[in-house]
Amino acid sequence: MAIGVVVFPGSNCDRDVRWATEGCLGVPTRFLWHEERDLSGLDAVIIPGGFSYGDYLRCGAIARFAPILQEVAAFVERGGRVLGICNGFQVLTEMGLLPGALTRNEKLHFLCEDTPLQVSPGHCQWLQGYGDGETIRLPIAHGEGRYQVDPGQLQQLEDSGCVVLRYQANPNGSVGAVAGLTNPAGTVLGLMPHPERACDPATGGLDGRRLLASLLG
Amino acid sequence: MPVYSARVLVSLRPSVLDPAGEATRAAANRLGVEGVAKLRIGKAVELEIEAPDLDTARERLSLLSDRLLANPVIENWTLELATDGQGQGSSSPVGEG
Repeated sequence: MAIGVVVFPGSNCDRDVRWATEGCLGVPTRFLWHEERDLSGLDAVIIPGGFSYGDYLRCGAIARFAPILQEVAAFVERGGRVLGICNGFQVLTEMGLLPGALTRNEKLHFLCEDTPLQVSPGHCQWLQGYGDGETIRLPIAHGEGRYQVDPGQLQQLEDSGCVVLRYQANPNGSVGAVAGLTNPAGTVLGLMPHPERACDPATGGLDGRRLLASLLG
Repeated sequence: MPVYSARVLVSLRPSVLDPAGEATRAAANRLGVEGVAKLRIGKAVELEIEAPDLDTARERLSLLSDRLLANPVIENWTLELATDGQGQGSSSPVGEG
């Protein structure tokens, strides 16, 4: 069992993720510099939060072309598990691995707070440690987290059980209160909240632990 | 009162470094689009404004562009204003700063 954490210029949660996976859960973890192409020996890849390449043009728009992400796309094709947190979620949508887009928060403020979420694990491999309908609390920290997708596609996502995390108070105006999405295979999870910041008792809250620990499953 | 449609294009002055444009140009190469020698990013602001006549509309929009939409220290702006006062129709550049 080993996890890779992608590091772009501008990533700022890469060390937090590694602390959560390796420091808190004891899973061997290595950083993957954006220019690398070697994913050998990895069981999962995490794209962390931050401001990849300065988030120029759109969040995640430039990161999409990083050499490492070409390998990550192939990894997903082979059934590999990929988790995109915050900026990582934005990157996954820009890559087309998850549908929709993340836009400026409805009220324009950068939001930095704990928020209650409803979990509907369904077929998502990352969420099997949670009960269906369970409420958890995770921190959010984003300016552009308002999920957007056309109504027909949202319905399709709902019907296929791909909306796996929902805000209870919808702080950013996301359609369908979507906080996290999985792909039809359940291998890819993108979410705006930060599970890695809820793994260490020192920083408050442990609700993120089961998400990252699901890999040990 | 007539409604005029306008578009204000705000661009960085040529002497100002545009790192976002440079990063996007590099991504264009990675996408495989060759020959992109220059790429600079600005803003397009679309407006509709009520005014008694075209000249007043232009005057108000010029003030708005100069004092709010653009920072003349680092940015230039161009105003495109539809001349028919119907809120639509062809527009042409009629002012800049």
